[in-house]
Amino acid sequence: MDPVPLGGLQEQTRAITMRLVILDDYDLASEWAAKYIRNRIIQFKPTAERCFTLGLPTGSTPYSCYQKLIEYYRSGDISFKYVKTFNMDEYVGLPRAHPESYHSYMWNNFFKHIDIDPANVHILDGNAEDLEAECQAYEDKIAEAGGIEMFVGGIGPDGHIAFNEPGSSLVSRTRVKTLAKDTIVANARFFGNDLSKVPSMALTVGVGTVMNAKEVVILITGAHKAFALYKAIEEGVNHMWTVSAFQQHPRTIFVCDEDATLELRVKTVKYFKGLMHVHNRLVDPELSIKDQ
Amino acid sequence: MPSNKSVSDAPITQFVNCRILRGSRLQREDLWVRSGSILDPEKLFFDEQGYADDRVDCEGSIMAPGFIDVQINGGYGVDFSEASEDVSAGVSLVSKKILQHGVTSFCPTLVTSPAAVYHKVKVHDGGAHGAGVLGLHLEGPFISAEKKGAHPERFLRTFQAGGIDDLMAAYGSLDNVAMVTLAPELAGSQSVVRELCRRGVTVSLGHSVANLSQAEEAVDQGASFITHLFNAMLPFHHRDPGIVGLLTSDRVPSGRTVFYGMIADGIHTNPAALRIAHRAHPEGLVLVTDAIMAMGLPPGRRTLGQQVIEIQGLHAYVAGTKTLSGSIATMDTCVRHFKHATGCSVEEALEAASLHPAQLLRLHHKGNLDYGSDADLVLLDDDLNLKATFISGEEVWKKAP
Repeated sequence: MDPVPLGGLQEQTRAITMRLVILDDYDLASEWAAKYIRNRIIQFKPTAERCFTLGLPTGSTPYSCYQKLIEYYRSGDISFKYVKTFNMDEYVGLPRAHPESYHSYMWNNFFKHIDIDPANVHILDGNAEDLEAECQAYEDKIAEAGGIEMFVGGIGPDGHIAFNEPGSSLVSRTRVKTLAKDTIVANARFFGNDLSKVPSMALTVGVGTVMNAKEVVILITGAHKAFALYKAIEEGVNHMWTVSAFQQHPRTIFVCDEDATLELRVKTVKYFKGLMHVHNRLVDPELSIKDQ
Repeated sequence: MPSNKSVSDAPITQFVNCRILRGSRLQREDLWVRSGSILDPEKLFFDEQGYADDRVDCEGSIMAPGFIDVQINGGYGVDFSEASEDVSAGVSLVSKKILQHGVTSFCPTLVTSPAAVYHKVKVHDGGAHGAGVLGLHLEGPFISAEKKGAHPERFLRTFQAGGIDDLMAAYGSLDNVAMVTLAPELAGSQSVVRELCRRGVTVSLGHSVANLSQAEEAVDQGASFITHLFNAMLPFHHRDPGIVGLLTSDRVPSGRTVFYGMIADGIHTNPAALRIAHRAHPEGLVLVTDAIMAMGLPPGRRTLGQQVIEIQGLHAYVAGTKTLSGSIATMDTCVRHFKHATGCSVEEALEAASLHPAQLLRLHHKGNLDYGSDADLVLLDDDLNLKATFISGEEVWKKAP
């Protein structure tokens, strides 16, 4: 882990850092993450020629973060007009209009509330004729967009990032994956607790795809994610816990709540909590487009 | 942002800041309209990468499907049943006026009349010119002499040997007919019910002294409505509930609903009776005005057709008496009164005037705000007072500030 970083936002975009940001609860963690994303986009000053490319997750963890970003849009402090998005994954074979598809999630929980240009939105098509071609095309689109400036992600209880299940290659690219039993069980609650209704395959960005982003922000909240967080940052880089790959990324921030740190060493938690005044320079002051 | 819609270049309107009635709940959602239909914005976003051209701020109002009145005899001095050269002019006038009551579609109702009157009204879409005509509601002449109400006795008819032929002889053509009210105890009526239903005409029971069995038989043959429940039928009796018993009959074929019209003006039905019906069978309740030509006219005495009428508030009396000559409450008044008298939810009150009549007439694209449905809308405040009326997404009436 690195020495105490010097500056705030400016420094963050140049320095090589791993930050573990620990907030008291889910709401505060979501808010910290949303403020950070907001500040980074505004500071970037995106234009039509130079969009801010944002990688996005789905699931219950980022929900409040999206709510906060919508709030910032409604209050006029941020615009998503020149933000390009690339979602991490999508189920295979689930109709796009199905309420549990990731297209539906993103529309209902984010896109329909903000001013994003639909042409700037990219989500893998799990109903494409040729799934492999779809995955390759996705990688191409990311490259065309100039790469991902910030990839926001979560972590599964089995330590996976996106659908890169335990055992996935740590240099993998966007591809078709069969879901692990753990993942299917975890997702069953969205399908009436009927395991047979959960899709068994998904398209997902690879660990390597996310590693190519300039910055990675991982949201981890809740006690049920604590063991995965422990494996991800206190143990070695291991393809059985694919989030651990980000130990080797030049710019990673893990944003957690207290409960997610329950399996970490007291020493680790104390160290990073002690750095909160430094971390908070990234979100304070809150930037706004009204000031530009 | 440049337009990039691949399906259609027609302009898209987004109604924001509203609570829409969908799935029987008021939801904070935007409503999107293109080419007169309600649009699925998610499909627009992902399939067409499209977005709205215009935004209409509804200022927090309730947005409901436009009201549908399946029983209205006239208004504003116009009587649809009056034999005249220009029935359609009268229908047009009323159709324009009722926009301010939130009615976007209606069935001009003709009471028992000589044959000549029946032909002259055509089904047509609504718009800025007025509410849409869904088809005529022919109330009579195949009704009971004992329950004729205000219908002229000399024009009542029965079915002779011919059944449906007698009916066709009376009406001429069924082309523009949405609904027929008849008395199912009349001999030969059951086959007529069946034949009318087969031809897509809604059959309603009313102005009748039928017992429950006869009513159930008619429902079996396809009848699906009761004309102004309680009025012009035998009263509920605990050993023979009569037509009223259809509300809780166990002989209604499964998957089918018997709907019933209620005049909820607080005058033609005692609120306690309204509550009994509503509690017994809430999904079947259809609000109707059964308005007469005096509806919409200011208070006072005036001559309408053959009668002198005295209008006082929501009452219309035969002048100099306390005999009611008919209802004059507007549809939005009925919705408010219905909610107040039954204590039902806003959603239920609105559905009784929109969804239920649309279900009765099997009009899947009306009476709801689902994707693909006609954008016939009303904007209301929390007390269900009307603020604006839209047909096919165009504003056709707005409350003066």
